[in-house]
Amino acid sequence: MGLTGLEIYKHLPKTNCKDCGSPTCLAFAMALASGKASLEACPHVTDEAKEALDSASAPPIKLVKVGTGDHVVELGEETEIFRHDKRFFHPTGVAVLISDTEDVAAKAENFDGLEFERVGMHYITDMVAVQCDSGDGGKFKEAVETVASKTEKALILMAEDPAVMEGALEAVAERKPLVYAATADNFEKMVELAKGKECPLVVKGKDLNDLAELVEKVVGLGHKELVLDSGARETSQVLADLTQFRRLAVRKKFRPFGYPAIAITSKEDPKEEIVQAGVYVSKYADVVVLKACEKQQLLPLLSWRQNLYTDPQKPIAVEAGLYDVGEPGDNAPVYVTTNFSLTYFIVEGEVESSRIPSRILSVDTGGISVLTAYADNKFSAETITEAIKKCGLEDKVNHKKLVLPGHVAVLKGTLEEESGWEVMVGPREASGITKYAKDNFSGGVS
Amino acid sequence: MAVEILKEKYRSKVGQVVLGATKDDGGTRSHTITVGGESALPYLHFEGEIPNRPVVALEVWDMVPDWNPCFENYYGDVYNDPGAWAKKCVDEYGADLIQVRLKGADPDLNDHSPEACAETVKKVLEAVSVPVMVIGCGKSEKDNTIYSPIAEAAEGENLVMGVAELENYKAVTSACMANNHVVIAQSPIDINICKQLNILIAEMSPAMSSRIIIDPTVAALGYGIEYSYSIMERARNGALQGDKMLAMPMYGNAGFESWRQKEANISDEEQPGWGEQEERGILWEATTAMAYLQSGIDILVMRHPEALKVIKNNIDDLMKDNSY
Repeated sequence: MGLTGLEIYKHLPKTNCKDCGSPTCLAFAMALASGKASLEACPHVTDEAKEALDSASAPPIKLVKVGTGDHVVELGEETEIFRHDKRFFHPTGVAVLISDTEDVAAKAENFDGLEFERVGMHYITDMVAVQCDSGDGGKFKEAVETVASKTEKALILMAEDPAVMEGALEAVAERKPLVYAATADNFEKMVELAKGKECPLVVKGKDLNDLAELVEKVVGLGHKELVLDSGARETSQVLADLTQFRRLAVRKKFRPFGYPAIAITSKEDPKEEIVQAGVYVSKYADVVVLKACEKQQLLPLLSWRQNLYTDPQKPIAVEAGLYDVGEPGDNAPVYVTTNFSLTYFIVEGEVESSRIPSRILSVDTGGISVLTAYADNKFSAETITEAIKKCGLEDKVNHKKLVLPGHVAVLKGTLEEESGWEVMVGPREASGITKYAKDNFSGGVS
Repeated sequence: MAVEILKEKYRSKVGQVVLGATKDDGGTRSHTITVGGESALPYLHFEGEIPNRPVVALEVWDMVPDWNPCFENYYGDVYNDPGAWAKKCVDEYGADLIQVRLKGADPDLNDHSPEACAETVKKVLEAVSVPVMVIGCGKSEKDNTIYSPIAEAAEGENLVMGVAELENYKAVTSACMANNHVVIAQSPIDINICKQLNILIAEMSPAMSSRIIIDPTVAALGYGIEYSYSIMERARNGALQGDKMLAMPMYGNAGFESWRQKEANISDEEQPGWGEQEERGILWEATTAMAYLQSGIDILVMRHPEALKVIKNNIDDLMKDNSY
């Protein structure tokens, strides 16, 4: 990343031996620069050259993995300050905190239930943090084992006393938990533990300067699977610190901050805590740890995470097909629209507020809006007819009438001919649907 | 190891707009509210000034609203009296200001006359001493008939009135111009239309260019919020980099949008997988508002008193200095 082919070429053997599969070293360098080849393909590159190229080509923020198997949570490797410049890549890991002084089994029992189905998507609370508040190594280990037995999700072990950490880590090391945390007082021992078990480690400073210094010491001891904690707990300071991590890593390639970051909430009231966690999800936290653990509390937070991490350059589509609004009978009206999610949800909202049970036929337009899709021939007599057939609309209603968006009224003739359905021209804007429905369908489709 | 803090240097800042007027300025408000003036991205106090904290309004309707039954506990006794409703919002729930939504003017609903609308606004102004915002029913043909009577009836009060849209901005802008009110310029999640509309309003009257509040259209959490969020981030960056036609304070109806959604309203019985309804609704609204604070909003219009409380606490926290 960032290096040109010529800069890379300087570090290569320049023998044109072809062992890497490229005809020349220069061609290989060009392939490396564009990400089409990996340096491992060259058997002759020197260790010094490898290190120079590795660090120069490393992403601004390292990718760190927590957990194993299907439950690995990938953190970091972000490249942007603003999502509109490209996108954010790895959604913030949301961790529910369990203290070893509370009813661990009960809280852990509920944890796996914190998953949600919403608009055709599945949201997961992906991490669980176990914190030692008892000061008792045996108790902490027991709590960690209990949690590990109840869920397969990624674990965070929180204890700053290495003696306490050791037993618990020993018990669940194969789950690759995130070890929290190395501080100025304990880092030698903590690094030894985390590195020994090949587990990622949080480095916790007293402020940004202290943290940068500590990260260098930890890296000096040979551990690079790190996560940053500035130590701040007040919303405003955490926001500032997370912003500095991201800016300094992305803009300045400041190495000590080139790791994902963790934020820990401080609010006791669950509602305030969700909003505080929301701030950290918005601004650059790669993991957020919170105590709130009720469904109605996690759903809004996970929804915001999902929304924020979508690719702004890709129109978001809902799955094309037939959707029920309310419990439509066989004489319920049918509205046709595209599968651009924003269009679809607005139409759905308006149809819903008409309080007349209906069906919405969402046509696959590749996730683009009505007029754009019409101009692109993706919302046409042919595509709509195909959608009607595909969902078996004929068998679901006892009439043959469709409501077409007013903006594409011009399609009426060809669509009627192509599909054999009668086309009613609806309002141009979705906001007119409620009135339109009341005027036309109060007694169902006649 | 000394970390070199990265501070952005901006060329410009967001304009400040005063809402309401006291006796000295020809109004009857006990105080005014100033919004805008930021010279940094949201709450990055370390690189600039956030001179005015964002403010939070509650909404009052001129008819009994079709809201979720959970609101009965808070507003049920005042649904029929906009003045008492407004007073409750300020005195009991801590609203910084009031937005009157003249939903009852809708020809398909109560079809309130322009005079009746003006009367409602007068009642609210008499009942509370905070600045007041007024928006129409959303049907522009009707709304265009109510702006002038309201603007005249509230002359000197420095109301915030809306909404002006690209296709329909003249009536409300003229009413604001003639009676010195502030106008809400609404664009449909589109930064170019946002800018174009501000230019058109400023062309009608250069004096109005410092009396515009931007409504970039705030979608609800789960329903396009990320589009609004990014448009607002871009608008705020544009303002800081010197684009005067984006440098107005921003406003959004977080409560109205959130409570239109299934996630806020559906009962526990119908959707057991989503947890308890009222707290879910409060957090759907508060999370929506939180995101807009992070993208630079200056005026939030909320609905649930609990959501307002949570968001005001969040604003207190965000306004704490974080200079290095």
